[in-house]
Amino acid sequence: MAERERALTPPGGGVFVPRTTVMDGADLRRAVTRIAHEIVERNHGLERVALVGLQTGGVPLAHRLHEALLNVDATDVEVGTIDVAFYRDDIGLRPVLPEEVTDIPFDLTGLTVVLVDDVLFTGRTVRAALNALNDYGRPHAVQLAVMIDRGHRQLPIRPDYVGKNLPTRFDEQVDVSSDGVVLGDVVQK
Amino acid sequence: MKHLLSVADLGREGIDEVLRLTDNFVEVSQRAIPKVPTLRGKTVVSLFYEDSTRTRLSFETAAKRLSADTMTFTVGSSSVSKGESLRDTVETISAMGVDAIVVRHKSAGVPWRIAAWTDASVVNGGDGWHEHPTQALLDAYTIQSRRGSLNGLRVAIVGDVKHSRVARSDVLAFSLLGAEVVLVAPPTLLPPSLDGWPVSVAADLDSVLPSLDVVYLLRLQQERMTEALIPSLREYRTGWGLTGDRLARLGSDTLVMHPGPMNRGVEIDADAAGDARSVITTQVANGVAVRMAVLYLLLGAGPPGEPSAGDGASGALAPAEIETAPEPARA
Repeated sequence: MAERERALTPPGGGVFVPRTTVMDGADLRRAVTRIAHEIVERNHGLERVALVGLQTGGVPLAHRLHEALLNVDATDVEVGTIDVAFYRDDIGLRPVLPEEVTDIPFDLTGLTVVLVDDVLFTGRTVRAALNALNDYGRPHAVQLAVMIDRGHRQLPIRPDYVGKNLPTRFDEQVDVSSDGVVLGDVVQK
Repeated sequence: MKHLLSVADLGREGIDEVLRLTDNFVEVSQRAIPKVPTLRGKTVVSLFYEDSTRTRLSFETAAKRLSADTMTFTVGSSSVSKGESLRDTVETISAMGVDAIVVRHKSAGVPWRIAAWTDASVVNGGDGWHEHPTQALLDAYTIQSRRGSLNGLRVAIVGDVKHSRVARSDVLAFSLLGAEVVLVAPPTLLPPSLDGWPVSVAADLDSVLPSLDVVYLLRLQQERMTEALIPSLREYRTGWGLTGDRLARLGSDTLVMHPGPMNRGVEIDADAAGDARSVITTQVANGVAVRMAVLYLLLGAGPPGEPSAGDGASGALAPAEIETAPEPARA
């Protein structure tokens, strides 16, 4: 919980005030199931597919997708987690500390890696994750699955699987948890 | 945090932060390509006025694994032999635009002086008998990773406490993390005063041996001894060395530690150094990860509390900048 609070607190301080529930728990479950079907369809099965969740928001989603893939195609794909703090492009500009340890207990070389994150925003985290993946091997392909695409990209990155496209203002915040997706604002204390 | 000069600068929270971060760097060190681009473009110089194998190599390995550039200053082949003062040397090095200086010097307090002369971050790599903070951090990490926590553990620091900067930093770090520290040494090898040290003292190793969670042996620093402080090396071994006989009386999960370099057959017997309970090589391995964490904290963090413009970490961290252009429905 402390981790979630930290993630929701912008560097300048302030608190997250929820405004609208965009998806509820059931919506979220249906989106995960649909994305699982799309992954199976796009890759013609799951033989050479692995999931890698981005710390911290993408990790629970990666595990839910893993479960959904078991149901859809009866295949137990590998799941890893990655923390991209050491690969960010804003090191030295603001305090960047890793939240969790990277854990990819399998060789990525030759696999189709589906990166999983909760929210796609500027694209910088995904850029960092692509760099990080390189250090673990040479995947055959990398695909990107996100629950929310909120726009405002600053890099030429697009998702392959999207739970929901959600137009937002730049200064809004999106919170994804197992209960659903909430759009809100950051209010300075 | 700008400099790492003393364990006391870190405090309990700072130590916990370094140890938490070390987990990440241990993972990095275990990869097929144990290198991350984190400190690209930064320069770390090691300024060693005293001999060192592991500390200097460990810092340089750490810097290289973070993609920083490293420079090594060795006194023997430098202008120090032409009479250049410490201050001039430091100012020369800083003028080249280095980001961090790792310093080891035989005089206590030198890192503090250097910190006042340079804009670079200064890391104390050992100053005289005074402090060696990264050694204490790697020792704490090694114990914590084996035992879960230092809280409530009983740690004996055995031997030449008087001349040991490792002992001073370890006492600070271990006690901040909740361990109970016992110093075991002949009276001649204890510091003149232990006022304010959060420790107890025992003269007899055998009496404390069975109750220990960690036995930390210090190197007998004969190069610093200007008078006869011990009768002979053989007598020292009999009284305070970790012999095979004492090893047999240690608990089954007691850790045997040594900061290196070891005087085998003096403070530690070869059997003890090679025992399954010995974590001496683990200490060295963890040293690299701990020093990566320290360099990362010193050089990787920006001014605290300032958000970077136009970026969000995950979608959660949004700076206050308003754009109202609607997004197309589907990318």
